Amino acid sequence: MSKEKLVQLDNISFQYALETGFALRNVSFDIYEGEWLALVGHNGSGKSTLAKLLNGLHFPQEGSIKVNGMLLTEESVWEIRKKIGMVFQNPDNQFVGTTVKDDVAFGLENNGIVREEMLERVKYSLEKVKMAQFLDQEPHHLSGGQKQRVAIAGVIALRPSIIILDEATSMLDPRGREEVLETVRELKENHHMTVISITHDLEEAVKADRIIVMNKGELYREGSPKEIFQLDEELVQLSLDIPFPVKLSKLLKEQGVSLSRHFLSEEELVAELWTSHYKK
Amino acid sequence: MMEKMIFGRYVPAQSLIHRMDPRSKLVIIFLFVCIVFIANNSLTYGLLAIYTLVMISLSKVPFRFIISGLKPVLWLVLFTLLLHLFLTKEGELLFQAGWFSIYEEGLRQGIFISLRFFLLILMTSILTLTTTPIEITDGLENLLHPLNKVKFPVHELALMMSISLRFIPTLMQETDKIMKAQTARGVDFSSGPIKDRVKAIIPLLIPLFVNSFKRAEELATAMEARGYRGGEGRTKYRQLSWGIKDTSMLVFLGILTALLVLFRT
Repeated sequence: MSKEKLVQLDNISFQYALETGFALRNVSFDIYEGEWLALVGHNGSGKSTLAKLLNGLHFPQEGSIKVNGMLLTEESVWEIRKKIGMVFQNPDNQFVGTTVKDDVAFGLENNGIVREEMLERVKYSLEKVKMAQFLDQEPHHLSGGQKQRVAIAGVIALRPSIIILDEATSMLDPRGREEVLETVRELKENHHMTVISITHDLEEAVKADRIIVMNKGELYREGSPKEIFQLDEELVQLSLDIPFPVKLSKLLKEQGVSLSRHFLSEEELVAELWTSHYKK
Repeated sequence: MMEKMIFGRYVPAQSLIHRMDPRSKLVIIFLFVCIVFIANNSLTYGLLAIYTLVMISLSKVPFRFIISGLKPVLWLVLFTLLLHLFLTKEGELLFQAGWFSIYEEGLRQGIFISLRFFLLILMTSILTLTTTPIEITDGLENLLHPLNKVKFPVHELALMMSISLRFIPTLMQETDKIMKAQTARGVDFSSGPIKDRVKAIIPLLIPLFVNSFKRAEELATAMEARGYRGGEGRTKYRQLSWGIKDTSMLVFLGILTALLVLFRT
């Protein structure tokens, strides 16, 4: 993976109002081009605030954010919003248009794209998320997963380099969740997009390239999924739920089954178990 | 139910009237409302009626849709008719039974005024039956565009209308959900004295309001994240196209107006 720094956060602190405490305190990290970064943490850990700062929906009181080497300020915010697309939690509350195609076009209209190009981009991005046959559909006839895919189409129509999923799958059923994640995964593979997924679903985070754990507005840990899930008890103390295979490995170990480590995926765990006899 | 009231009105088809530019339809309706007042005898009212019938047949909307749209206002038309029958006491006496009497002028006025009402309602229902709400919004935005010069927020108004159109079904679904949730908790919406039923609406409206505020805030954030910053520098995806059919329809209406002026007494 290329290690080009796409976003640099330098010593960010942020509070919503003077009387409330800091939502974020001295957070610094980089986001690299083409990676899938998962930001995890329980409610109030500052992970969603972080997303809003990246997109210039709020500005930090201290510290600086650079996207593609450009400093995020009141002036550059519109440029940066073109580079960073966001998909929010509630599928209904981000659907602006009266039909699917109108909604995808909304972002393009805002950025003053000429109509001929709009038609092309709307078609292209809806094909990418496999929603092309729903062009004229109204939002209340779509499932949550379909609405989120339309939201993703609206984001990629603007050709951003980063897509932020702000709890984008948390209101979906398992099928919708899989649809959305699969779509994002394809975009990342085929279009070299950088994905930042903010989530409290650790199953989702397992699939990321890198995980950042947030706690009480501070960066708690940073590492690969393997490293993070070895933390085990620590995660539970942060009221994060550990993924099922990890939990199972732990319980098996307690029962005296010898395992080399805690496994992140069911396949790995199964493979270890059925070959364990030979390794003795 | 509400959804039917607002969206069920539109009857999809490919008629001439359906394909007309919403702007020309709006202009024609507006002018029609004005010229209806020119008519003052049977010939001119006849012309207006023929014009309306031609429009209905061109729109290819099944007659029962038009009738169902008329039902709620039928009482109003009837009421106007009766009012004129009883209260206008001019011209020859046609009929008398005790205190009750009908005069010629009353009958004439009654029929004309209710016919006027009737035609206006027919024409406006043709508009809503052949034009989607969003087309009407686009048409209005375009027609009102010159008002921008006097700082009238045309774009904002149109956006507001389109967002409310988009959220009506969503809020209907939500109302339904809250109603079920409150029914499960023992709120009775459908029986009891009026006073109790009105009270029962409160636990429905409060959650609906709270949620709407939440929705509004989230939608605003999502819109900003997608680069919305007011009407300036925005391009449009939906396009209106004025064609020969629109011009000819306006010319046709012009001819009708000339005929009305010619034949009025």
